[in-house]
Amino acid sequence: MSHAITDARTMLRRQYKHDLRYPAGTVSALLMPLAFLLLFGYVFGGQMGMGLPSGTGNYIDYIVPGVLFMCISGGASQAALGAAMDMTEGIIARFRTMPISRGAVLTAHAVANVLRGLAAIVVILGVALLMGFSPSAGIAGWFAFLGVIVLYALMISWLGVAFGLSAKNVEGANAKTLPLLFLPFISSAFVSVDSTAAGVRWFIEYQPFTAMIDTIRGLLLGTPIGASLIVSVLWAVVFTLIGYAWAMKLYNRDR
Amino acid sequence: MRKSAIAVSGLRKAYGEQVVLDGIDLDVTEGTVFSLLGPNGAGKTTAVKIMSTLTTADAGTVRVAGHDLADEPGAVRAAIGVTGQFSAVDNLLTGAENLIMMGDLYRVGDSRGHAARLLDQFGLADAADKFVMTYSGGMRRRLDLAMTLTGRPQVIFLDEPTTGLDPRSRHMMWQLVRDLVADGVTIFLTTQYLDEADELADRVAVLDHGRVVADGTPAELKRRIPGGHILLRFHDILALDEAARVLGAAGRDDEALTLQIPGDGDVKALRAVLDRLEHIEVAGLTVHTPDLDDVFFALTGGTAR
Repeated sequence: MSHAITDARTMLRRQYKHDLRYPAGTVSALLMPLAFLLLFGYVFGGQMGMGLPSGTGNYIDYIVPGVLFMCISGGASQAALGAAMDMTEGIIARFRTMPISRGAVLTAHAVANVLRGLAAIVVILGVALLMGFSPSAGIAGWFAFLGVIVLYALMISWLGVAFGLSAKNVEGANAKTLPLLFLPFISSAFVSVDSTAAGVRWFIEYQPFTAMIDTIRGLLLGTPIGASLIVSVLWAVVFTLIGYAWAMKLYNRDR
Repeated sequence: MRKSAIAVSGLRKAYGEQVVLDGIDLDVTEGTVFSLLGPNGAGKTTAVKIMSTLTTADAGTVRVAGHDLADEPGAVRAAIGVTGQFSAVDNLLTGAENLIMMGDLYRVGDSRGHAARLLDQFGLADAADKFVMTYSGGMRRRLDLAMTLTGRPQVIFLDEPTTGLDPRSRHMMWQLVRDLVADGVTIFLTTQYLDEADELADRVAVLDHGRVVADGTPAELKRRIPGGHILLRFHDILALDEAARVLGAAGRDDEALTLQIPGDGDVKALRAVLDRLEHIEVAGLTVHTPDLDDVFFALTGGTAR
């Protein structure tokens, strides 16, 4: 067990060096949520905010939870790219022939991706506060927010690692994560569910990202959470386990 | 008698319909170089992947450094090092950082000091703080091997270690292999360069279509096949006619004006041939001894060079 931790730490140090030297990936992952925050906050906001049910507050408050979620959902492509690069460059083959903890390198990819997501969230929160975002959460609310964000980020990261390992090449890895990048747009991130067409509404209501974004919104702004917290945590745990098991299987497969 | 470092028996592997290894047996003595030869697609790399725990076998047993591969993969991994055809290095780190990472993973203690010594030994000290991405092919291969050696493996698998290297890097690699063996390490080498096997290997096995078609020391293998001869070249057809009358016309080639006489090329035989030619003028003479190329082509059914 202690070996597993030492190995994961060594691998995490490797990730940290990669990110330090090639910050382009991290920066570009930050750009998308930032662009949407500015776009929806300053350009589309006036119009779209009118569609919100009365008493929901202003539109900037409404969209920030979704944009914060995009900081972690966008990380899927980063995790996938990193894993795919390691796989195609043969370094994973080397690690597999070594007497080290199985999958330490994958754990490091996932953990590094969670940390990148948290860093992006800090930046976006700062910008959002400057733009007039006014959360009502107390200390407990912020801690609960941190807890669910880490959990959701773990889910995204392990799925991203698995997507990356399953891809034949680096380009393929990127393509595989596109659905995860797209899903926030068909959720409650930018529009209220009630304003959507019937068929889409059904999908939006039940897709996992909606429950996650509603949970974040509830924790930060005090809107009703209802079953969203339980549902989203369950989704996250299930998909984290699926992503983890899938990634480990791909790591150990013959090649 | 020394122990086996690698003992393989009845190893089989198929990918769907395609049989890659069709029941191979190998035995590699501790502290020796064993070379697996074979044309591309013969199954060399698959054999290495199985022995280095990357791929599972369909049938057969493999023992590496005294450990059964199926029962104790962890113990096998602790005893081996693998350097493949494609460098398994981290391009986004420097050479030194790659080695320090390996030192940490192998728990060598002083990872930095260890890395510095290896960089020195492998002639990479000047490039220690450069990104591996900027390394030449030979430097990457050396770094790869240095990373493999970080764990002080007892058994090293080298899968085509000199493919694509310039002659200087190649000879450097050969010297490293000799040094390692002198230290008691066992080397399992696959190569498509027969001179490399001839140069380094204590024993050679030839793999063809998933089977071991020959196994022995390079000298033994060379003795098994014919191919040694003396080639005499003449200025004109008259001289060739005369020589053919004296020595026999079997190996006669009128176009090239040459005569080929079987013989293993030792000086006595050579002198005897020249004595019999007496006054016939010889334009040129070459002695051809069988090398591993001849063995390889004879055994794997390839056509002559």
